[in-house]
Amino acid sequence: MGDEFPEQTEDQTDPMREPMSLWFWRGVRGLGSVPAMVLAASFVGYGALARETGLDLGHTVFAAGIMFALPNQIVLIGAIGAGAGLFAAALAVALSAVRLLPMTMSLMPLLRGPSATKPWLLTVSHVMAVTSWVEAMRNLPALPRPARIYWFSGFAAGIVLLNVPMAAVGWLLAASVRPEFAAALGFLTPVYFLLSLTAASRFAADKWAMAFGLALAPVFHAITPETDLLWTGIVGGILAYGMHRLRLGRSI
Amino acid sequence: MLAFDALDAWWWPYLFIVIAGWLVTDFWRFLGVFLAGNLSEDSEIMVLVRAIATALVAGVIARIVLFPTGSLAGSPLLLRVGAVVAGFAVFWWVRRNLFLGLLVAEIVLLGGWLLIG
Repeated sequence: MGDEFPEQTEDQTDPMREPMSLWFWRGVRGLGSVPAMVLAASFVGYGALARETGLDLGHTVFAAGIMFALPNQIVLIGAIGAGAGLFAAALAVALSAVRLLPMTMSLMPLLRGPSATKPWLLTVSHVMAVTSWVEAMRNLPALPRPARIYWFSGFAAGIVLLNVPMAAVGWLLAASVRPEFAAALGFLTPVYFLLSLTAASRFAADKWAMAFGLALAPVFHAITPETDLLWTGIVGGILAYGMHRLRLGRSI
Repeated sequence: MLAFDALDAWWWPYLFIVIAGWLVTDFWRFLGVFLAGNLSEDSEIMVLVRAIATALVAGVIARIVLFPTGSLAGSPLLLRVGAVVAGFAVFWWVRRNLFLGLLVAEIVLLGGWLLIG
């Protein structure tokens, strides 16, 4: 397989006429204006929140780049603000990060290709978070398989380089933003997630999963506020899978 | 327990973030790469895994809208829900336009908030 799509794409015999670097740049542009603006706004919000919690600029930017998962960054600064110990903070973040496991797993079959080696996949998996997952699920299926890892690498590089500095912007602006404006910034994230998740739901099981997830979240929030997301995902996902099986059974 | 400001050394907060932030986050991503193995996109297990991931993200959405923190918590619940529904409706009926959907949701939220008080 490897010799069929060599990495030296300038090779005349390459069946993919376009150089792979072109796909990398298309990935960078794949950020699109709307997702980029929304995530950037969310990172500004995170930076402001981090300053209110007492983190200095270096800590704020460092955590944004090394974690690159907004909900987890919010959990971490929440734990720091509450004076939690290292172990308690790590446990809280680990619990909120479990969602990255099924997200990363379900992206891998789409990213796989002749040049997508394990180390490369591990490297780009660092940017796996809601925005990159939704954008990848939305864009990758239409791309030729060998080009996908290049597209996603460009997307990954772009999304990190654009957003991590935004955390610094938020930290620097923190004191001067009106509360309504800050709320509007924060509100962009869930609406964007909802719309782009709808756009990315291609199969019946995904649509059921969205409906069950939305409906179950308040239920589990009331029952177990600490681990509500985890339970919403597991129970909602299994119910959605059940609906998918039921439909299959009927159509046979 | 060792808190974020427990040690008076410049590197301690960074080590705290590495352990309590990075390690426990990328652990799940790396595990996902290994567990995916060679499973194909339309294998039954992947349909289930993707459904779980989708339900989780839907849960994140519902939690931010219904139980927000920070400045957003100061807005009325019905207004937030109404804004999301309006944004979704416009997105759905106007050629799945992401920008228009977001714009309408923001206008309903901010406009309604300013009208109320």
